Amino acid sequence: MAVELDVFVGNTTIMDEEVYKLWLDGYTVNDAVKVRMEGGVMEECEASADVLLSDTMDQYRTFQMCERLLHSPAKLANQLLFQITPHRQAVLIERYYAFDDAFVREVLGKKLSKGTKKDLDDISAKTSVTLKSCRRQFDNFKRVFKVVEELKGPLVENIRQHFLLSDKLGRDYAAIVFFANNRFETGKRKLQYLTFQDFAFCAGQLINNWTVGAVDHMVEDMDVDLDKEFLQELKELKILITDKDLLDQHKSLVCTALRGKTKAFNEMEANFKNLSRGLVNIAAKLTNTKDVRDFFIDLVEKFIEPCRSDRWTAADMRLYLTHYTNSAHILDTFKHQVVWDRYMGVIKSCIFKMYHD
Amino acid sequence: MPGKLKAKIVAGRHLPVMDRASDLTDAFVEVKFGNTTFKTDVFPKSLNPQWNSEWFKFEVDDEDLQDEPLQVTVLDHDTYSANDAIGKVYIDIDPLLCTEAASVISGWFPIYDTIHGIRGEINVLVKVELFNDLNRFRQSSCGVKFFCTTSIPRCYRAAMVHGFVEELVVNEDPEYQWIDRIRTPRASNEARQRLISLMSGELQRKIGLKVLEMGGNAVVGYLQCFDLEGESGLVVRAIGTACTLDKLSSGSAPNTNTHTHPNTAPASNACNSPSKDGKEPVFGEDLLSSSGPPTPFRALPTSSSSPPPPFSPSKPCSRQSSSSDTDLSLTPKTGMGSGGSVGKEAGPLKTLLRQQTQTALEQRGASSSGLLINTGEFPFFTLTSFPPGFLVHVGGVVSARSVKLLDRIHNPALGNTRSYKLLDWNSVTADEPETRDAWWEEIRQEIKSHAKALGCHAVVGYSESTSICEEVCILSASGTASILNPRFMREGCLDIGIADHRFEEPSPPSCGFCHIPYDELNMPFPAQLTYCYHCRRQKVPDVLFTTIDLPSEASVTGKGCLIQARLCRLKKKAQGEVNATAISNMLPFMEYELHTQLMNKLKLRSMNALFGLHIQISVGENMLLGLASATGVYLTALPAPGGIQIAGKTPGDLSNDHISTIQKRINDTIAKNKELYQINPPKLFALDPEVFCGINMELNEELVGSPIPEPRHRSRLFRSHSESSDEVSELDLSHGKKDAFVLEIDDTDAVEDIHSLLIDAPPPSGFYSCNTEVMPGINTWTSGVQMFTSVRVFRLSNANLTNQGLNKIFTDLCENLLKSFYFKLRSMIPCCLCHLNFTVAVPEDELIQVAVTAVAMTFDKDQTQEKPAEKPITKGSGDTEEQLQFSMELCADSSLANSQPPSKISGVPESSNISSRAASVDYGSFADRCSTWLELLRLKAHTIRRGSVKTISSLERSSPLPDGRSRSLRSTRSFGGTSVTVVKMTPLSFLPGTRIIKYLGIINMFFIRETTSLREEGGVSGFLHSFIAEVFAMVRAHVAALGGNAVVSYSMKECVFMENPNKNQAQCLINVSGDAVICVRESDPEATPSMTNSAQSCSSETDTAT
Repeated sequence: MAVELDVFVGNTTIMDEEVYKLWLDGYTVNDAVKVRMEGGVMEECEASADVLLSDTMDQYRTFQMCERLLHSPAKLANQLLFQITPHRQAVLIERYYAFDDAFVREVLGKKLSKGTKKDLDDISAKTSVTLKSCRRQFDNFKRVFKVVEELKGPLVENIRQHFLLSDKLGRDYAAIVFFANNRFETGKRKLQYLTFQDFAFCAGQLINNWTVGAVDHMVEDMDVDLDKEFLQELKELKILITDKDLLDQHKSLVCTALRGKTKAFNEMEANFKNLSRGLVNIAAKLTNTKDVRDFFIDLVEKFIEPCRSDRWTAADMRLYLTHYTNSAHILDTFKHQVVWDRYMGVIKSCIFKMYHD
Repeated sequence: MPGKLKAKIVAGRHLPVMDRASDLTDAFVEVKFGNTTFKTDVFPKSLNPQWNSEWFKFEVDDEDLQDEPLQVTVLDHDTYSANDAIGKVYIDIDPLLCTEAASVISGWFPIYDTIHGIRGEINVLVKVELFNDLNRFRQSSCGVKFFCTTSIPRCYRAAMVHGFVEELVVNEDPEYQWIDRIRTPRASNEARQRLISLMSGELQRKIGLKVLEMGGNAVVGYLQCFDLEGESGLVVRAIGTACTLDKLSSGSAPNTNTHTHPNTAPASNACNSPSKDGKEPVFGEDLLSSSGPPTPFRALPTSSSSPPPPFSPSKPCSRQSSSSDTDLSLTPKTGMGSGGSVGKEAGPLKTLLRQQTQTALEQRGASSSGLLINTGEFPFFTLTSFPPGFLVHVGGVVSARSVKLLDRIHNPALGNTRSYKLLDWNSVTADEPETRDAWWEEIRQEIKSHAKALGCHAVVGYSESTSICEEVCILSASGTASILNPRFMREGCLDIGIADHRFEEPSPPSCGFCHIPYDELNMPFPAQLTYCYHCRRQKVPDVLFTTIDLPSEASVTGKGCLIQARLCRLKKKAQGEVNATAISNMLPFMEYELHTQLMNKLKLRSMNALFGLHIQISVGENMLLGLASATGVYLTALPAPGGIQIAGKTPGDLSNDHISTIQKRINDTIAKNKELYQINPPKLFALDPEVFCGINMELNEELVGSPIPEPRHRSRLFRSHSESSDEVSELDLSHGKKDAFVLEIDDTDAVEDIHSLLIDAPPPSGFYSCNTEVMPGINTWTSGVQMFTSVRVFRLSNANLTNQGLNKIFTDLCENLLKSFYFKLRSMIPCCLCHLNFTVAVPEDELIQVAVTAVAMTFDKDQTQEKPAEKPITKGSGDTEEQLQFSMELCADSSLANSQPPSKISGVPESSNISSRAASVDYGSFADRCSTWLELLRLKAHTIRRGSVKTISSLERSSPLPDGRSRSLRSTRSFGGTSVTVVKMTPLSFLPGTRIIKYLGIINMFFIRETTSLREEGGVSGFLHSFIAEVFAMVRAHVAALGGNAVVSYSMKECVFMENPNKNQAQCLINVSGDAVICVRESDPEATPSMTNSAQSCSSETDTAT
């Protein structure tokens, strides 16, 4: 004796946001029922476990039928099969493309290839995100990547147009695509303390200032690839550390400005040359793809860690970098002001974001 | 050449990939009507082809226009092999044949394939140019409007109700062996779909002809069903109520035109009716002479002189009468006599009295059939709610069933691809006694005679149904015997109407219909009569069962609720006549038991009337299923129900602990239910009849425009006054336990029964449920509407089931379904499930299938709670006042006021472009630059980042042609700026908070879906889930293409599901119907449909104007 067939179809598609979340999180129907029972939904309407199971199955079926449409969200708006309110459509899409920070942290900067996909069970075990959910998130990354990789125009804009995502989520995806394209190393132990949002912010800075798109809006891949010319020009900055006079001059300018303004002044003065060398060397090496990948690890090793060991506060850091950047303008023999600004603007904001515990 | 049909194929979108190599499709379209076919060019390599074809023109007879659908087939061109079909769209062009309905069909239709389901969409434009044909002998009936709605459609006024129309057409099923070879080729499914579509069209045309003959212009309450009889064929049959409807042309109309005041209505009808052209009176006279008293029925001596139907003794406490028999005449006519066990059987004297009544009734019947001159053969009405004043008295439910053997039928009409049975069944029956027409005639005659036995001349809320299992077929018909106001019939009968005393009684509308139509001394069955608790002038029964909706003017105490009786009976497997005999022997017992259950449950809820009663008996190989659903209410006019008394076998048993616990539980339940449904019957009424009558008299004197001459009125009043003196004692007595319903516990079965009585859980708080149009006691609907369909199939694994066990399973199945609904819809609380329509079937040996369609509607809780609170206080005088206001003001907008009392009919005339189509539904992309959600979002996005303007222009420049891989995604988004109109659906005749401004035509669609990869589609549930969703989508698309934004009176009339999991196959047939309408929000009277559409639609892609 068993219910062999059990369906419920509403003219307006009924979707429970809680069940949707469970489905997205990769719960099986039975697990989802358990979670819902614990959540106390049964008391709400004098429901029994059977009712809950039937409802959960129905909802899961609906979501599975919708999933195809969610792969190209634009279709959701003009398909005829499900009558879903625009607001609900937006919620469905937004949630479907949402991801776990823990998961994305694991794949950020990795190649979105079959090889990575095979490692998903490890990632699932490590992050305690279900494999099913991992797969969905990974496929979302890959799908977005594939679509925008060959489109012209601004990256965030393209993502938002094609996947109808919110501004925030669109930017996050842009970061993911950008990281995947440039294969930035994010997995090293030293980088573990950084959250996805830290990286996403940095990605935004890089996209807005260092890519081809920052100068020309209509180039293919404009937001995904770094501006090669700019990277070449960065080599010129080496003069700041190779020319001894310039280095000393720069140091004294910075020290004059900082004196008395911070407790960490002594450490700053002592470390100035080291830190400056670190930053300029990073700039000079960015023409190598390998060094681009190590960009973040270099920032941490060459700059953030020394500062941290000297117990700079965030305010110290801010003060130091501001004066460090501005003082270069006063150096009369230093001719690369534009490149310097473009470089230091990003470095400054990245370091501000990354300088925490 | 009476008509020119024009079709244009605009574009397609979301097409499936038909060429694996290129991941694209070379699509073209064939447009077929009748035997003419046109083709579009092939649009190569695109999933979103833009054909933009020329206008394909078909010059056809209007007869064909009515019968045939336009068939649009989308194919994939293949140079080397046969072209592959992608799918089809059938477009019913009937709505275009009515000047008042839609003028053009235009929109995106899902491309449907019976194997793959929906495969993309196609944009089609259809127009019809109709030339007037005044040929009297024409076979077409263009212009007759059809409505599924079982009340006078809003925005129309009934100038005349002509009566019952019916027709059936028979054909061979193109796939009569489908059960054996469940694997059906696509072609066979399509042939079937097309045939049923053709037959429906033909049926509608023939019914339309009958309506024209009667002088009507519309069919209301149109109910079409099909019977899949397997090898013996396919029957499509329909019944309806012919009417002459006047359109309320402008906003000012409701105040005058809708007012169907008894005195003025017939006079104005005569000149208002649009159908009154030159030759109409001729029709009228014909009918007058032909359908007068010497109807075939009168000529049938058997039915009129036969003794009272056997049902009566067995129904001591109800107003229900029924009977069943077979064509084999195997049913013992007195089978129900055993029902006398309840102990109220009358002696021979009673029988004698009854016989006398019968003759008296016959006389009366004769006079009334004279009145209802235009209702023809059968004074049946498929309507379930009526304009105020239409329904005078209600007698009770009448039903008839008959068991037939299908293999014994030869059908002369078979063999042709289409049967042409013209005229009505009268002329045919003599020659073909064994056709289905004759079967139905038999049943209708029976219904008619039952109605007569109840002293009624008409049957309202009439419906017919069948249940087929192999070669056995149960035909059922039921309705509510009643007396109607002849003023709504043809004008000629007005005089007779006044002469008949029953029609001039000034019964208040809130209780008049409860008054007994039969002679109180010679009741057709034993019942306890009391004086009406409302007006105290006339007798009312203690319980009232009806198949109609609660009249809007009826006064009700508290709220109503869904009451179901469920029953399973095992049956031995048998063949042929033995089987039919067994079934027909079981039927009366099943009906009796269902009835008892209903009665007990009604009492348990402390209610005294059932509305919308629908009893379904389904037959399977080894069992019979019975399901009775109704909405229970407490009618203020009827006496309070007594409790339920439990009794042991002997009086001594009463001391038994067991029995007293049960008794206590029952009493507790009754008390709880009283509270739950807010049933606080007014008690002050009986206190001082003198005072009451005084008030009543005063009010009556003030009644302006009363149709009743003053003197007679007065004398009538006096009579009631004098009568009331001896009422008081009677009323007081009835409050006691005297009439308590006694349940005898004499064996374990009885105990089980009582337990099952108590099993029915009340809906969780915040929920109400009913199976009528609206919930009695709730009238503050808000706009939340959610229509749904749910299907469950239960497999019985245990072969050794008992009747009791089966009953339990069946009851649990229904209860669990309800519980599921409550749970799923909990976000809508406070809400009411309305029009809960359960359909049961036994598709296979051990399967029980229950399908439910209903609508959940939100309401304003605060206002409803106030109502019952003040009601008891204002009883007596206050209520009478209310009624007076009602008759003067609310009657003014008759059908509109129905169940929507707060609706304000403003005098704003409809804007003239209402008739022109909603602009936003247009196929062109230009139309949708409106700021919808998505666009707003996008605009916002543009402002956020640099270069946004340039981006847009680049997208616009990009061609929709998929010329490279990088563009493929963009191209999927380039199907022009279209919008998906939100289409609301409801099984009710209205949408709360909205006003229907136009009926666009009937939707009647039939689909078959089949799969050979059941597992891959998510099993049976996945398969059916997507199919039902697809059916909804196709209905919505058709409505949107007609320019509508809602479907009212939607119903799923058939859902036949078959599976063969071993072969990984399943097949399902679904038949749905409803009325496509344009409705606007009540709050904005100026709103034109186009505004509503654009407001409700969501545009997806507007920047790629092509």
